[in-house]
Amino acid sequence: MNALAVKAYDLRQDVLDIIVSGGGGHIGGDMSCMEIVLALYNRMNVSPDRADDPNRDRFVLSKGHCVETLYAVLADRGFLDINEVKARFSKFGSEYIGHPHNTLPGIEMNSGSLGHGLSVCVGMALAGKMDGRDYRVYTLMGDGELAEGSVWEGFMAAGHYRLDNLCAVIDRNGLQISGSTEDVMAHGDLAARISAFGWHVVEAADGNDIDQVNDAFDEAARVRGRPTAVIAHTVKGKGSSLMENKASWHHHLPTAEEYEIIRRDFARRKEALLHE
Amino acid sequence: MNNIPNRAVMCEVLKEAAARDKSVVALCSDSRGSGSMTSFAEAFPGQFVEVGIAEQNLVSVAAGLASCGKKAFAVSPASFLSTRAYEQCKVDCAYSGMNVKLVGISGGVSYGALGMTHHSAQDIAAMSAIPGMRVYLPSDRHQTRKLFEALLRDDKTAYIRLGRNPVEDVYGEDGAPFEMDKATVLSEGEDVLLVGCGEMVKPVQEAAKRLNEQGVSTGALDMYCVKPLDRAGLLAAAKGKKLVVTVEEHAPFGGLGSMVAQVISANDPKKVICLALPDAPVITGASRQVFDHYGLNAGGIAEAVRAALKG
Repeated sequence: MNALAVKAYDLRQDVLDIIVSGGGGHIGGDMSCMEIVLALYNRMNVSPDRADDPNRDRFVLSKGHCVETLYAVLADRGFLDINEVKARFSKFGSEYIGHPHNTLPGIEMNSGSLGHGLSVCVGMALAGKMDGRDYRVYTLMGDGELAEGSVWEGFMAAGHYRLDNLCAVIDRNGLQISGSTEDVMAHGDLAARISAFGWHVVEAADGNDIDQVNDAFDEAARVRGRPTAVIAHTVKGKGSSLMENKASWHHHLPTAEEYEIIRRDFARRKEALLHE
Repeated sequence: MNNIPNRAVMCEVLKEAAARDKSVVALCSDSRGSGSMTSFAEAFPGQFVEVGIAEQNLVSVAAGLASCGKKAFAVSPASFLSTRAYEQCKVDCAYSGMNVKLVGISGGVSYGALGMTHHSAQDIAAMSAIPGMRVYLPSDRHQTRKLFEALLRDDKTAYIRLGRNPVEDVYGEDGAPFEMDKATVLSEGEDVLLVGCGEMVKPVQEAAKRLNEQGVSTGALDMYCVKPLDRAGLLAAAKGKKLVVTVEEHAPFGGLGSMVAQVISANDPKKVICLALPDAPVITGASRQVFDHYGLNAGGIAEAVRAALKG
């Protein structure tokens, strides 16, 4: 039994509560990237006690609309108070808005407009090289996001500068708001495309498996002379059969009845993991 | 006639700063030549980042560097920096509160006959509309030096527009009188106030001189700080005047004229005439020819003042 795998279901419940409390959120992508964000925050050198440590690892949630998962994980790591997040998310005048904002502890950069995070992380990784610091820089992008041209400017620059302190994670859940990513704008052989930009590519066949995700990050940390992309094959809406692999759950607000079904599904999955 | 362009002065100031401060970093988008930054790149390769022809990446990378404590100067043609990378300027620099200085080179119609793709006649309006973004258009080489020295001392984002060609000195060899975010008074007068920014300051200065010689008592302001506009300095200079005339190398909407008119109309209502480029692709020609064609020269400004006073 992997304790983080179990915890992912507790945090999924937090995300569900945040979204219902705030009256909206990007629940499908939140669920697909939960294990990725949770794994990262349990391996990165970050702490609320030294939020400005120049040697800290950096993370930028490029798919900023999945901020609810980030809030849940940041709260779990001691950066935020989960009860406050649940009470204030999206409320009038709240600091807990629907995309990351760096006035909150633990958040490096504002994001939300897609296609910015990778290039920002290129700058962070270059700064690390310039200063001889050994921190690592991570960004998480959605697969639909990869249609933004600026992403490929970032891939190009990171490959050019051989930024082996940079790791880009792609939440490859295969869906975006209008449907399948392959129908909307096909990525084809995504690994080959990214490799062609001078990157090492690791695929996690099950990106909702904490161990597989961590193995990919371990491999990324060993690679020298090239940045690494982790293509994490995930399930949009992961955790409840009501939502899984359904594009319509991109930002659907669960009804009271749906909330109960999802809540029970999360509890059942958690119970099953506890008995593995 | 001065033959040192403002961009070359910027490079000199940045090289001086880079030599004493490792955190000073410059970035270019295949623009080191047009930005006069080649000697910086050669002297400080460890503090220089080339991103290729990729302005969006330029701005985001600069923001990432700034988030790690760098004083990032992103130098790229104003037309591309301010519109192609507009969202990166808004989100990654201003909204995220990063210390990125966005330097738009070859601003306005500097590229002359290259046409509208290469003109930046929208940058003041676009950049000023971003919360937290400051907008500066220095007039001559002396003021450019003072401005960049001041910008090196602060930690907030800003957009600075520089022209491509050397401009005649507005200020003497002993340097420009300079106070950050305060307009510089070029001349005092009783009846008319001229307000200019960037390359239009020299013609404003000359027009004021001519008008005073012709008996029209005219004051002139160098409003290099378009945002935050020096409201107090503007209102003090406009007090008692019959007419305010703004002059800018920009589209007629959302620039210096719009901002000056807002302040004057709300606080000390009087006639404000805004001289600018037309709401159309500008005529083909070198920048000086373009200015002359649209009356953005000393004679044109003086003529506009006389016409407005008659009307």
